[in-house]
Amino acid sequence: MSGPPGAATAAADPGGPDEPSPPQPLPPAVRLRGASVAFGGRTVWSHGDLDIPSGGLVCIIGPNGSGKTSLLRLLLGMIPPATGTVEVLGAPARRGNPRIGYVPQRFGDSVGEAITGRDLVRLGHTGSRWGLRREPGVEAEVTDALAAVEAEGFASERLAHLSGGQQQRIAIAQALVGSPDLVVLDEPLANLDLRNQRDVVELLVNLRDRRRVTMLVVVHDLNPFLAHLSGIVYLLDGHPHYGAISDVVDDDLLTHLYGTSVQVVRTATGDLYTRAHP
Amino acid sequence: MTPLLAEVGYQSNWVEILGAPFMRNAFIGGILVALAGGMIGYFVVVRGGEFAAHALGHIGFPGATGAVLLGVSPTLGLGVFCVAGALVIGALGHRARDQAVATGTVLAFATGLGILFASLATRTTSTVTNVLFGNLLAVSSDQIVVFTIVALVIAGVLVVVARPLTLASISPEVAAAKGLPVRLLGTCFLVLMALATTVAVQVVGTLLLFALLVTPPAAALRFSARPVVVCGLGTVFGLVSVLVGLVVSVMFNLPPSFFVVTVSTLIWVVSMLATRERHRSEPVREG
Repeated sequence: MSGPPGAATAAADPGGPDEPSPPQPLPPAVRLRGASVAFGGRTVWSHGDLDIPSGGLVCIIGPNGSGKTSLLRLLLGMIPPATGTVEVLGAPARRGNPRIGYVPQRFGDSVGEAITGRDLVRLGHTGSRWGLRREPGVEAEVTDALAAVEAEGFASERLAHLSGGQQQRIAIAQALVGSPDLVVLDEPLANLDLRNQRDVVELLVNLRDRRRVTMLVVVHDLNPFLAHLSGIVYLLDGHPHYGAISDVVDDDLLTHLYGTSVQVVRTATGDLYTRAHP
Repeated sequence: MTPLLAEVGYQSNWVEILGAPFMRNAFIGGILVALAGGMIGYFVVVRGGEFAAHALGHIGFPGATGAVLLGVSPTLGLGVFCVAGALVIGALGHRARDQAVATGTVLAFATGLGILFASLATRTTSTVTNVLFGNLLAVSSDQIVVFTIVALVIAGVLVVVARPLTLASISPEVAAAKGLPVRLLGTCFLVLMALATTVAVQVVGTLLLFALLVTPPAAALRFSARPVVVCGLGTVFGLVSVLVGLVVSVMFNLPPSFFVVTVSTLIWVVSMLATRERHRSEPVREG
């Protein structure tokens, strides 16, 4: 399904409800129409009109307090939109959608030492089941999820005894159980060293490619993801937008976005990165 | 001093005493309380039940003494106040724990109220002592019925909610995203804790509650992080504390509560020492 990101955006933009659309294999992973988020009368962001195509790796960026986590919570159905509509994978957003996996912020820290990695991953499946009935196939699914993140070697350890990178792998495995089509991650690289950051990014890219999971990642630093992104959601001046990397990774836009001078650098080898400019 | 200490000392006829009819209730009651506490043990340690254990103990005290004042069963008064307290704490959520001064003031007031009720009632001294420090030897046959019902209710509720409650305790964020009623599950746990508190008070009293509801599962958590193992091992630790405590108290004609708490404390100390090595390597965690 993956085409050039620019083409995907272009195809999505003019798509009105009346237009006889060409055969589309997948609905957009996310579709916002006139959506806004408000808490206690204060609007966090508004005029959310965007389509995020399925099958990509997409980062969500914006300064602190711009409503990145609110966007995730909106997609998860944990908060309702103040206005407009929110569709996820072709259906209205709702809490408990088994097609979405979720990796909250600082997951490892919050979980503590009273659970092993494997038990935690199993809870990704059994945790929403009432009663104690054993379901066949759960163990196989847990093993599969642990294998997908290469966590078999340390899955029997308590979560608090694992390194940050290992904890993040368990957290991702927990979200993969149940074979979701979309996984949303809130700052999965926070508190990780450079090597672990790179490993987690590679893992997410792998999962997107091998399991066809759409990855939606809230990040502070775009750089570790830049080589792999299919698009970027950016929260600018109180509105969310979706764009291709070439449109978003731009000195002026990023400088405006973060309110501090940001420079986009392309190295001789073609690598792209951004840096705060003094 | 000699007359005061006259009754203290080894009792050579302790085996006979253990066989006496009133001891039967003490043993059955103790076993039921250890089971009730053990079943919720994992959730107690994961959900920070030490706060609830303190709070519910304080809240239950005026319930028990007030019941005596009204001429009804102290266990009933204890149960009503503990469950009501659990519902209030559940409704307040994190605020109950974060507002340390406000919560502490309310709990101190509850204890004061308990003392007032106790002084107003006529036949109170033994009731107050029993509520504060417990008396396993005074467990009646009616109470055994209540203890059995409480243990069955806890088991029945846990069969239904165990898995969602585990997820909601471990990661409320993920549980909420999965559509679980996280707040309601928390309140459900507190009500189970209130029921366990109601029966445990009879064994160790409101002041020593911690040693029977929190200490055994906390010791068990040192050996395993698996929920079923923590509940099972915690139950065993609770049973050993109650039964050994009871036997030793009969041997020396001293209150069971003291020995129950002593055995529980010893188990905890040994657990800490025995698992020192395996917990030493854990990374330093902030927050």
